Formats: sequence, C-alpha cells, structure tokens
Amino acid sequence: MALLEVDNLQTHFRTPGGINRAVDGVSFHVDEGETLAIVGESGCGKSVTSMSLMRLIPEPPGRIAGSIRFAGKDLLNLSDREMRAIRGNDISMIFQEPMTSLNPVLTVGRQIRETLMIHQGLDKQAAETHAIEMLTLVGIPEPKRRVREYPHQLSGGMRQRVMIAIALACNPKLLIADEPTTALDVTIQAQILKLMLDLKRRVGAAIILITHDLGVVAEIAERVMVMYAGRKVEEAPVAELFRSPRHPYTQGLLGAVPRLGSSLTGTARRLAEIPGQVPDLRKPISGCVFAGRCALATDLCRQYAPGLEEKGPRHIAACHYAAKGAVAA
Amino acid sequence: MSPPLLQVNDLKKHFPVKAGLFSRKSEFVYAVDGVSFEIARGETLSLVGESGCGKSTVGRAILRLFDITAGQVILDGQRIDDAAPSTMRQMRRRVQVVFQDPFSSLNPRMRVRDILAEPIRNFGLAKSAEDLEVRLTALMDTVRLPREALNRRPHEFSGGQRQRVGIARALAADPELIVCDEAVSALDVSVKAQIVNLLQDLQSEFGLALLFISHDLAIVEHMTHRVAVMYLGKIVEVAPRREIFAAPRHPYTKALLSAVPLPEPGAQRNPIILKGDVPSPINPPKGCRFHTRCPFVFDRCRVEEPVLRAAGPEQWVACHLEEGAATTSS
Repeated sequence: MALLEVDNLQTHFRTPGGINRAVDGVSFHVDEGETLAIVGESGCGKSVTSMSLMRLIPEPPGRIAGSIRFAGKDLLNLSDREMRAIRGNDISMIFQEPMTSLNPVLTVGRQIRETLMIHQGLDKQAAETHAIEMLTLVGIPEPKRRVREYPHQLSGGMRQRVMIAIALACNPKLLIADEPTTALDVTIQAQILKLMLDLKRRVGAAIILITHDLGVVAEIAERVMVMYAGRKVEEAPVAELFRSPRHPYTQGLLGAVPRLGSSLTGTARRLAEIPGQVPDLRKPISGCVFAGRCALATDLCRQYAPGLEEKGPRHIAACHYAAKGAVAA
Repeated sequence: MSPPLLQVNDLKKHFPVKAGLFSRKSEFVYAVDGVSFEIARGETLSLVGESGCGKSTVGRAILRLFDITAGQVILDGQRIDDAAPSTMRQMRRRVQVVFQDPFSSLNPRMRVRDILAEPIRNFGLAKSAEDLEVRLTALMDTVRLPREALNRRPHEFSGGQRQRVGIARALAADPELIVCDEAVSALDVSVKAQIVNLLQDLQSEFGLALLFISHDLAIVEHMTHRVAVMYLGKIVEVAPRREIFAAPRHPYTKALLSAVPLPEPGAQRNPIILKGDVPSPINPPKGCRFHTRCPFVFDRCRVEEPVLRAAGPEQWVACHLEEGAATTSS
C-alpha cells in the first residue's frame, strides 16, 4: 500500500530573473517500508522535492502546488500546527551536514529528548532513558556519557549517528535522508550505510534516499527515480535500472562513473561524457528537457516533451526513443 | 639514470596548536610525519586517504605554501624546501596547482583573460602582446572553452567550466608537475567525467606529471599509475595501480577499498567495516598508527611502529604482518 503519494508536485521560486521551476510536475509514491532513491545532479530538484514533502520551503518566494498525500491526508492542506505534529514524528529527515543541523549549544541528549517530549509527551526522565536507548541503537559507545556531550565533541560519523537517533526517536513511518553520507569519509560511510540497513530491518520505516552517488543507491535502494531539470525522467526497480537504463540521461550517468576494479578486468575505458550543461530553469523549456545534451535528439524531441511511458516491468521513462520491452544487456 | 622529477624525503609538517586559553605549553598536530615518495616525469601518483590523513598538507608542502618542519622536497635534483626566494620563483613555475573548489580559487573580480595572463606575465613567458594573445587563445582551446569566454568573469561560468579555467591557469605557467588537490571532487558526475578525461588528455599531450590527491578511489583507479595510501600522517602502502587494486597488502588499504559502494545492485561483497573513527593527529597512537582500528592487531603493533618494507617489486607496505609473511615464506 502506498504510504506517500505525490501527484504533479510543482515547486516554483520567484527570482529576479524569472520563475525558477525547480520541481515541475513530479509524481511518485513510496510504499510502506520501501526504500526509494531519488538520484540526479546538482539543481535537478531532488532536494527541493524532499523539502517540499516536509513543507520546509519558505513561501514566498517559493510556491508548492499539486498534492502530497501521506497516510490519507494531503499535507498541502494541513495548517502549520498540524504539519508540525507530523514533522519529526511521522516523517523525519536527516541532512548531509550534521554539524549544521545539530544545535551547537545544546547537549546531544537534550536534542533527542526534545522530539520525544514534544511528540510523545514523555516526561524528562523517560525521555532521557529513551535517548540513551536511541544512542545505543545507533551504535554510539558509552551512550550514558555521550548524552551529556555537545555536538562539537563528536566526530562527523558520530554526529550523523546522533542525527539518525533523533530522526528515529519517534518511530517515524517515513525517513527522508538527504545525502546522508556525502560529507563522510568512505570507511565512516560504510558504517552509516550498514547502520541504515540494519535499522530499516528493525524499525521498518520507509526511506526516501536522496543522493548523487550511484554506489550508495545500488547498496540500499529498492526502487530508483531519476530526476533531471526538475522532472522525473525515469523510474524502475534498482536492479532493472542498472541493468537496462532506458533514458539517455540515465545511461549517460551510469557511463560517467568509473568502476572500482575496472583496471584489472580490462574493462577500463574512457569515461562517457554528457556534453553541455543543465538548462536554465527560469526559461520555459519546450520539448524534452534533455534534448540540448542528448546525442539522439531529433526535431520531435525539441518540439514535444515526451511523457512517462512504460518501457518494461515497473519501468517508466520519459523519452520518445527509449526502447520498450526487455533490452539484451 | 636521470633523477625523478620530484623526490620527497622524510617530509614532516607539524602545526602548533594552543592547548588551552592560558596554557603556555603548545601541542602539535602531526599532520604529516615522515613521508617519502618520488614522481617520475609524465607519471600520475595518487595520494589517497580519509580526511585528516595529511594528503593535502603534503600537496601544499610541495607547493611550498608553508615551510616544512623537517625533510626535503627535491624538484629535478634541486632542493626547493629551503630555496631562496629568487630560485624559488623559477621553481614555482614548474609546479602548479588545481584546487577543489573552483568557486573560491578564482578571483571573482578578474576576467578570465587576466586570470590566465597573470602567470604568463609573472614568469615572463610571452615575448610580446601578440604572443600573449596567442598563448591565451591556445589555452582556451586546450581546455575546450570558447575563446570569447576570455572576457568573462568567473561567476558567468558553471562549476565544470570554472574548473577548466583553473586548469588553464595551471597550464599557463608551462609546468612539469600539477598538484590536483581534490580537483574533481566537488563536481557533478557527468561534469566530473569531462574533467577527468581532460586531465588524461593533457597528461599525454604535454607529458605532465600529476600528484592527484583524492578520496575517490574509483576515480583514482581510473586515472593513476601509482598510488600512495596515507593514514594519520604516514604512508602505509605505495604500489603501482595494479597491485593496489588487485592485491592490496595493508589492512587499511583493504578496508578502504572494500568500503567503496559499488554501482552494481546485489553485488556480492563483504565490506571490512572498521570500528570507530580516525584518532586525533594531535595524539597519534603509539606503535602502528592504525592499531586502534586494525582487525588484525597484535601486541607488537601497540608498541613498535612498522616501517615501509618492500613487499614486491615497487610495492611497499608498513605493517608487521608483512614482515611475518616474508619470514615464514622464505
């Protein structure tokens, strides 16, 4: 059953240079307990999408339209007060840089307690006990000492564990993780990814993972949605997407990352380049958003925007020329 | 045999830190603590490791952005770590740098033309105004930017284009070695591929040597000839690309490689998950610096620091286990 259903989400910003269509008509859903990855490069609208789900977009200059149905309610119709009861409770979020998302003058314990006392109505003592349990759950050694420490006393990996502890404290149904491991070193990233996978099994929350790292996607996502210039261009189960990407942009992205071990298997080759750059979202785009950089683009692409079409089992892509059915790998 | 282009011998850089507000006793960050390596002409050596391992400090020491604590940096047979300003000036032309963030490393008030002309004028490389113009347009062609972009300022470019300007500025001085300090790390996937390809083309075209400092192991494998792995200010393993990626010897190299997520869903892999964090370089662990996180630690590691030993032709490893392996097999 769909836990979250987003229909025709449009998040636009008024800027001096015109309306920036950061997210322009994106629809998707997340099932209970599912992990959906949203991938794309800077400016594709993946973070704006997640901020829109949490209604963290300042309005104005932003404006959110469409519908975001979460557990039967349209989040866009809720009052600010009702929305506050959902944030951090039913839907919570972790960000890329834990140093800027934790409050530097409050102890870690106080920051975990806060959500528990506000949303779950626990008293200070019960919240403290639960905070220590949460720190144990996310694998922080000596949790009883750590609850009394401040964020600057923790390393980057520990801070991200604290962020995860805060996010999971109220047993959310949906966790939005926006580039959760991008700022971390690779050995610490491995720890955090393992933690997220373990916790997912134990807590059962659905996850929206926002990232540009295809390795991280392959590691923990079940389904992937690829965004480009504020639109969804492709969506498929993770194995299917990596095996037979249909949209030329997805194909380009996969070809642009070198594989570890490629020098040994003799598969080393020149990296595929996607020429040019992302279009200016302040100017209206007629036709396919990727036409300007696509090697296959024709007049058809430049005139008519392709709709999302079914190209395979649970696999949709927005391209006039993407092959349908099974593609021989 | 001609000397290597760059030779670094037992390089140390300790930064003083104040222990407390009223304390006189100052402590040191042992950022780089005895690092030696060589780079041949036209070769790419990659320095890899996690934040705080000292890889950027090594790069900056070679550029002589600060004076080093101990050791030697020898460029083409001549020491540059203690060279007088007049000799240093000529040496600086031969070693250039490309930084990570093209937004903060280009002066926003200067046009690209002036950014690129500065090193050319500074080192007196252009014979005349026409020659300067020829060089400028050639640089733009080399990094595949339109010539008319010479009159624009950095903010008018995208991140990838800015990094091309940064590379053109490094090339303007006609260098033999370029230090690339996380030069592609801040770029998006598709743009990163463009810059990586450009660097590879430039290397084969001009026979440049590169010191490629990066934490991205897949990119390193794609680009490099040799790799030096650093941990807490020391090199723990140096080897040609093939050996590092096919048969890493040091436990840290193994853990680092196994931690990289592969873009292959369902790939069978058993990452070695290291416990804990990198210790502080102010109080590095005694003995082997990796012993607090090493899965194979034994008593000797806690007291005695392992030295780099040959583990194969061109492969060097600093680990007590290696020594054991060598004695039992011989």
